[in-house]
Amino acid sequence: MDKLNIIYPEIFISLSIMFLLLLGVFKNNSSNLVISLSVVALIGTLILIFGYPINTNLEIFNGSYKIDYMSSYMKILTILSGIFVLLTSLKFLKIFKILNIEYPILILCSILGMMVMISSNDLIVFYIGLELQSLALYVLAAFNRDEIKSSEAGLKYFVLSALSSGLLLYGCSLIYGFSGTTNFDEISYLMNNDQYGLTFGIVFIIVGLAFKISAVPFHMWAPDVYEGSPTSVTLFFAVAPKVAALTVIIRFLYVPFINVIDQWQLIIIFLSIASMIFGSIAAIGQKNLKRLIAYSSIGHMGYALAGLCVGTNLGIQSSIIYISIYLVMNFGFFSCLFMLKRNDKYFENIEDLSGLAKNHPLISLSLMIILFSLAGIPPLAGFFAKLYIFKAVLHQSMYYLAIIGLLTTVIAAYYYLRIIKIMYFDLEKEKYDKDYNLGLKFTLTVSTILILFYFVYPSKLINIISQINII
Amino acid sequence: MADISLGHYLTLGAIIFSIGVAGIFLNRKNIIVILMSVELILLAVNINLVSFSIFLNDLTGQIFTLFILTVAAAEAAIGLAIIVVYYRNTSNIDVEDIHSLKG
Repeated sequence: MDKLNIIYPEIFISLSIMFLLLLGVFKNNSSNLVISLSVVALIGTLILIFGYPINTNLEIFNGSYKIDYMSSYMKILTILSGIFVLLTSLKFLKIFKILNIEYPILILCSILGMMVMISSNDLIVFYIGLELQSLALYVLAAFNRDEIKSSEAGLKYFVLSALSSGLLLYGCSLIYGFSGTTNFDEISYLMNNDQYGLTFGIVFIIVGLAFKISAVPFHMWAPDVYEGSPTSVTLFFAVAPKVAALTVIIRFLYVPFINVIDQWQLIIIFLSIASMIFGSIAAIGQKNLKRLIAYSSIGHMGYALAGLCVGTNLGIQSSIIYISIYLVMNFGFFSCLFMLKRNDKYFENIEDLSGLAKNHPLISLSLMIILFSLAGIPPLAGFFAKLYIFKAVLHQSMYYLAIIGLLTTVIAAYYYLRIIKIMYFDLEKEKYDKDYNLGLKFTLTVSTILILFYFVYPSKLINIISQINII
Repeated sequence: MADISLGHYLTLGAIIFSIGVAGIFLNRKNIIVILMSVELILLAVNINLVSFSIFLNDLTGQIFTLFILTVAAAEAAIGLAIIVVYYRNTSNIDVEDIHSLKG
């Protein structure tokens, strides 16, 4: 009999989803209650993850589900992002009149899907997790259903994401056919270099996963979906699915296919370079902040992939550090976006920030810190994130990758600094409302402090992450 | 009568898969056609998996197929729901007219 106690977090979160769904249906006007209870459910899941010794390496269901240090760490990141999304978006949902019970439940569903993805060690489990999170995300993108933009974002995300799942599945079928098994560990024993079917399979699966993290050339959905969906959903899109998809890429490339690194290394390098260049250049002409952050996230995914293509534990660790810091910066940025509200209307264009420093010095100070960090200026956290990536890349003597990374950082700094210039030196506009709720203030403060004072104790995060050893 | 080998099944799967992918990119008219193309892609994968499963003498492929069928049904349901929502806002589901988000 398998030991079910190691998947208590997943069991708990699925039971809470069913309970909350019933509660929402049978009790009228319970959306506030359901949102608070789902935050409680997520915190409970966190406690359950911590309740079991994290530094383990356990397998369950015939090796198809794996609980190890990396999966626990990534699950904690995903759940934290879920909690913060729910905390920051309450007011936003109320004003848009989309505070329905389905919203927190869909977020919980997609988090459950991500947890399954993160722990998966088998193609079938991986596919089920991926679809559970995608199906919830399709609906979330179209959540503001009476608005054309939101429904169009949902439609675009659905079509492109369904296509990418199809490609990914075709890859899964080829890998199953040519290796005879779906388990990652068993595939790695059977791998050898002269099976072209497996190579095709790897390529198809990488394409499908690159879609999920919006790496160039599979990025075309990202700007449209980011702009169209409600801002709180955009925040969720920008953080949680990327963590899950990055974990799956790590596990998928480094467990079954580490022996054939020469076959996939070049693809990842190409994805990484293309994303870094495109993300920095295409964002320059943007006027909408959500669109801008979409292009910036494409660029950031390029850096995270650069850490993955080196094929060492150091590279994986630097990627994971990068994604963790990227998460914190995004939360700060979006909390500032949630604060640009005047007379129950939200503003999301760059010119709406003009002269913000005169009326709202604190918000613009934290936004400046976050933007400097996104641009990678020392001594903020974003600089260290890039530093670790470049260190890992240079360790394997891939100089061109580091040079391209540095150049694109410089280009990308232009549009981040332009926002700061508009904020501090342009003519001021009307004041924005100041009725922020507690969750929003808390998120912005925490993320700014984490970014600002990361350099004091960088060893804390490094110590945690250096225990992740995949190879 | 010639034997039908694994290669024949895989070719059939590849052809249906290509028709599905081409259907998504070449289609300029209707979103429903895209939904059908997605379904074609998933069916091509199912053909692949079942034929592999038979020729490998291993049941895993057929179990995978059952999962894919279930998920495909859910995906089609959600896709149709999103199309209905979109249609209510614009009274139109032509692919060429979906351009309120761009830049």
